[in-house]
Amino acid sequence: MEFVFTDEQNMIRDTAESFLQEVSTSAAIRDVMVTDRGYDPALWQTVCSDLYWQAIHTPEDYGGMGLGYVELVAMQEQMGRYLFCSPYYASVCMAINAVLVAGTAEQKQRLLPQFCAGKTATLAFAGEAAAGYGGRWDVATVDATFEAKGDGYLLNGHYEFVIDGASADYLILAARDAATKGAASQGHHGISLFVADANSPGIKRELLPTMDQTRKWARISVTDVVVPNSALLGAQSQSGDALAMVLDLATVALAAEQMGGAQQLLDMTVAYTKERNQFGRAIAGFQAIKHKAADMMLRVEVARSGVYYAACVAEEALQAIQAGTAVDLVALQEAASVAKAYCSDAFFKNAGEAIQIHGGVGFTWEYDVHLYFKRAKASEQYLGTGAWHRERLAALLLDGEGVL
Amino acid sequence: MKLSFSAADEQFREEVASWLQQNLQGEFEAIRYRGGPGDEHMYHHERHAWEQRMAQGGWTCVGWPKQYGGRGCSIEQQVIFFEEYARAGGPGRVGHIGEGLAGPTIMAFGSDAQKQKYLPGIVSGKELWCQGYSEPGAGSDLANVKTKARFDESKQQWVINGQKVWTSLAQEADYCFVLARTDPESKAHKGLGFFLVKMVQPGIEVRPIQQMTGTSEFNEVFFDDAVCAADDIVGAPGDGWKVAMGLLGFERGVSTLGQQMQFQNEFNEILKIAKGNGAAQDPALRQRIAKAHTELKIMRYNAMRMLSGQSGGDGSLQKEALIYKLFWASWHRELGELAMDVLGPQSQILEAAPYQLSRLQAMYLFVRSDTIYGGTNQIQRNIIAERGLGMPKEPRP
Repeated sequence: MEFVFTDEQNMIRDTAESFLQEVSTSAAIRDVMVTDRGYDPALWQTVCSDLYWQAIHTPEDYGGMGLGYVELVAMQEQMGRYLFCSPYYASVCMAINAVLVAGTAEQKQRLLPQFCAGKTATLAFAGEAAAGYGGRWDVATVDATFEAKGDGYLLNGHYEFVIDGASADYLILAARDAATKGAASQGHHGISLFVADANSPGIKRELLPTMDQTRKWARISVTDVVVPNSALLGAQSQSGDALAMVLDLATVALAAEQMGGAQQLLDMTVAYTKERNQFGRAIAGFQAIKHKAADMMLRVEVARSGVYYAACVAEEALQAIQAGTAVDLVALQEAASVAKAYCSDAFFKNAGEAIQIHGGVGFTWEYDVHLYFKRAKASEQYLGTGAWHRERLAALLLDGEGVL
Repeated sequence: MKLSFSAADEQFREEVASWLQQNLQGEFEAIRYRGGPGDEHMYHHERHAWEQRMAQGGWTCVGWPKQYGGRGCSIEQQVIFFEEYARAGGPGRVGHIGEGLAGPTIMAFGSDAQKQKYLPGIVSGKELWCQGYSEPGAGSDLANVKTKARFDESKQQWVINGQKVWTSLAQEADYCFVLARTDPESKAHKGLGFFLVKMVQPGIEVRPIQQMTGTSEFNEVFFDDAVCAADDIVGAPGDGWKVAMGLLGFERGVSTLGQQMQFQNEFNEILKIAKGNGAAQDPALRQRIAKAHTELKIMRYNAMRMLSGQSGGDGSLQKEALIYKLFWASWHRELGELAMDVLGPQSQILEAAPYQLSRLQAMYLFVRSDTIYGGTNQIQRNIIAERGLGMPKEPRP
């Protein structure tokens, strides 16, 4: 047990921090957030070629850096802190994870080097249930279908809220066995994952205008899309657990980003209170302000402990995949929900308090607080709100025999 | 960064578990799970006997260096020890103030003579300590201490006059560490001394404070020409503040893990009740139960970050340590409310007249003090803002 970053992990964190601070400035964010793509392709290529961040946790055998989920989480924390607009989350924390978890050695050998070279990708899974009240984000929400056809598969259906779905080069598509859709294909049963070129005939991608402009969402429909046998990740109809694991890994990475955002809100707010004078002194000296700031710091530090814990569990899960041993899916689910439940609330509360403490200027377009406030709600909704994850934990705690 | 323990540590875990299994039974069966905060008055003598049984097994002061009679356990082993102790239902430790606070302070700041005189009594589980910090009118404003210590040249001893309050388990303690003013003209944190005072002597009177629980864990302690030997001051006269603040650092150390295990036991009891009485079906309570679980899990990892070594060097506390008291105290207060709401109206029925509370009822009432003692939530927020965020202090007139 050594629950702190190693020197190497600190170095990775510091490098990410200083680079992002330089490139992901307020002006840079605002320049790209109004574009359809939502990021600067030249900068993305720099990240991929010079820094190799997208390859961070891909094993060396597949052209990656071979580091762990803790390093990925350290990176994500800084991405969230500087609201870095890039396809990193979708490509690395969703698509690469999907290949790592569900893919065969041959598929990893074929796909991962492309992702490590900078090709972008995303995961499309959520069907209409995700759009309902509260939103559903588990495997059960998959409602697109597949059927075997000739030497490949035929895909049909819709996907909601696909991150960077309109710009990605590749799509990882989750679908249910059409033959058994209904009774035999619910929940984790009958699910397959496919890799498809995003420009395949029959794939329609619609960029959704979103309140949070710093990350793009898309709706994707697939109509009689034909993919070859080699597009199927893992065994046919057996990828329900794999998808659940991919979603939990993505949840941990998103929580890290939320924690970084909450940290940045604290830092910018405290800096502002030290400069802003009212009643003849800096407002940082007022207890009413200090106590709000202290609560913001508490939320950040608690969030950080929760995220690092989840990162360690995620790392163990991915190591088990690589070693071909059993994954403790319940432990991962629990850790992901603990982290996401706390971080969702912490990021949003800190964003709200940041506006309040900034006062009138916090409400303006010109100040950056609203960018974080909007991202906070978007990432709170995505992959499940705090309440959704707490209910998932409640089911583990109260509805079974298990003790967590 | 990793969470898993080494094979050697896991072997240590088995050793702890098996010792507890063999010893925490028979005469000690009744004290399992008893004696936490709010329940400190229960089974005192049995728990004191247990403390000495622990000492015989070498399980007191596990984190102390061997040269002082401790076990010299690593942080990992201490974590494991506290985990297994809680898992076994180990009772609240009557020796925790000596082991966690007085002992480490004496080791860090005391003379060789003081170490020889006081440490063995703590390790053996025989001598119990209490903490003489708070005074009427000087709660969280600890520097406002008014108790005076005057050196009597003719008798070559210190003479102490004043009053302390909220002294936990003073009625059971053999010794008290007392913060008192050695320079009567001094103000605030200057001119203080840190004294090791024998409790049973003519100049000391202990008066229990009846709390809202109906019981008396806290006391008032009156010093009326109480005496303390010349060599029972820790550090020099005037160094008291430095010593006292060093001690507060120990308070935020490994002992927090033992406390968390107590929390886990309380939470498990609530979970069991919820499953039994149908509260587990209530969506609002499910949310609160899951929230409590979430934050309890994180509390553990926050403590592990705290213990994993970055704090230290210059003695300053890392941010995760600064927020820790505010975090656990607020969490525990909410747990008390959750316990009552899970129990429903049954929460209002006492175990017996005239005022015998169940363990959870006592916990619910007692936790109101968690956010007050040891620095109120409000003081904690000031500390976080000033030390953690560099925000200015309130202007003083």
